[in-house]
Amino acid sequence: MQRLVNFFLKNRALILFLVLLSISLSLTVNHNDYHKSKFFNSSSYITGSIHNFFSLIGDYFSLKKENNILLKENNRLKLLELNQTFDTTKSEKHDMYTLKPANVIKNSYSLSQNYLTLNIGKKDSIKEESGVITSNGIVGIIDKTSAKYSRVISILNTKIKINAKLKKTNHFGNIEWNGIDPNIVQLLDIQDLVKLNIGDTIVTSGFSSIFPENILVGTIKSFQLNETKDLYNINLKLFNDMTNLRHVHVVENRNIKEINKLNQTE
Amino acid sequence: MNKKTISNIASFITLVFFQIFICNQLNFLDNINPFIYVLFIILYPIGFKRSWFIFTAFTLGLIIDFFLDTGGAHAAASVSAAYFRPLFLKFSFGAAYEHQSIKINSSELTQKLAYFSCLLFFHHLLLFTLIFFDVGKLELIIYRTLVVGFSSLILALLLNTLFNKN
Repeated sequence: MQRLVNFFLKNRALILFLVLLSISLSLTVNHNDYHKSKFFNSSSYITGSIHNFFSLIGDYFSLKKENNILLKENNRLKLLELNQTFDTTKSEKHDMYTLKPANVIKNSYSLSQNYLTLNIGKKDSIKEESGVITSNGIVGIIDKTSAKYSRVISILNTKIKINAKLKKTNHFGNIEWNGIDPNIVQLLDIQDLVKLNIGDTIVTSGFSSIFPENILVGTIKSFQLNETKDLYNINLKLFNDMTNLRHVHVVENRNIKEINKLNQTE
Repeated sequence: MNKKTISNIASFITLVFFQIFICNQLNFLDNINPFIYVLFIILYPIGFKRSWFIFTAFTLGLIIDFFLDTGGAHAAASVSAAYFRPLFLKFSFGAAYEHQSIKINSSELTQKLAYFSCLLFFHHLLLFTLIFFDVGKLELIIYRTLVVGFSSLILALLLNTLFNKN
């Protein structure tokens, strides 16, 4: 017994090291399995409020640019409104999607798994698995919410998969990111029969029920066939500048419960 | 609490803030963010208790993980860098370390450079391996380690020279 105690005392640095290393490794592994990373993330109360405080200061530096973006967006909406004949019989309750504005208080794009933090959370009835967009296109999907903050898996995250289609021909595939360039994402699984042109627009397909149909994603920058020569690997240039995001909208599908229920019973 | 402990705590807090609010926002050349907080592990006083040092390095890494959403990658890299630090010290300073007589701040530049780069690149290699967590991305891991490690090295040397009392 004495020997055992002596052994532990002598090697306590090594033992402490091994214990702490295994704790951190298990945290890393759990984190990579993203449904498990519950405790340590930037939407928790403490980290959220610190990010929020510093983002308040940062907001002032981009006011002019943000104003211009909002002006453009308003202009576009005004045009839509003017050109649309109003259907007064349709009440708001029948709208499938609701939009909520939010501010980005933390954003990263230099890692392989990037997340954003938004300044709204459960209190503002934000639900997990909601989509996040800007007027320029998609940003990501909410995966964690706390009372006042929520965390978004950015489209610049190697774990994300979003369904998208060619605007012209409606052929659809999956969007992924290879972790290299924050302006370029990959669109995979498009059949080789499809005619592609550089500059073609890619939009969301609306199949996933997270994003509405026809939300902008990007334009084709380059494409080539994969190893088996039957599917295209396409590089997309994103419409959104992911390195500079301030104001975003959270999209929530009102019917998501119903749709999920239907899919489960199949 | 003596003077050395207090200055140690102060440098811990300063480096955490510096990392989160300055270095992580830098985005130099699009996506290079140096990890300056490793300077705490580099400059931790040599005579102090080892197990306490390992624990502090773990806490430091975990705090950075909190803010960067990286799970436990920073904690694992930091705790390993802290545990293997004596190896790097021995390699860079040789006999002086055996006699417990080195002062990192007043050593020669070549020795300092060797020590800083060994520890930083070791830390960064481990960090990016855990962040990418994919053997297929070996090229990307090495590339990021070299580029980010080099930026951390320059910043660490600059800061060290700037705040060096000698």
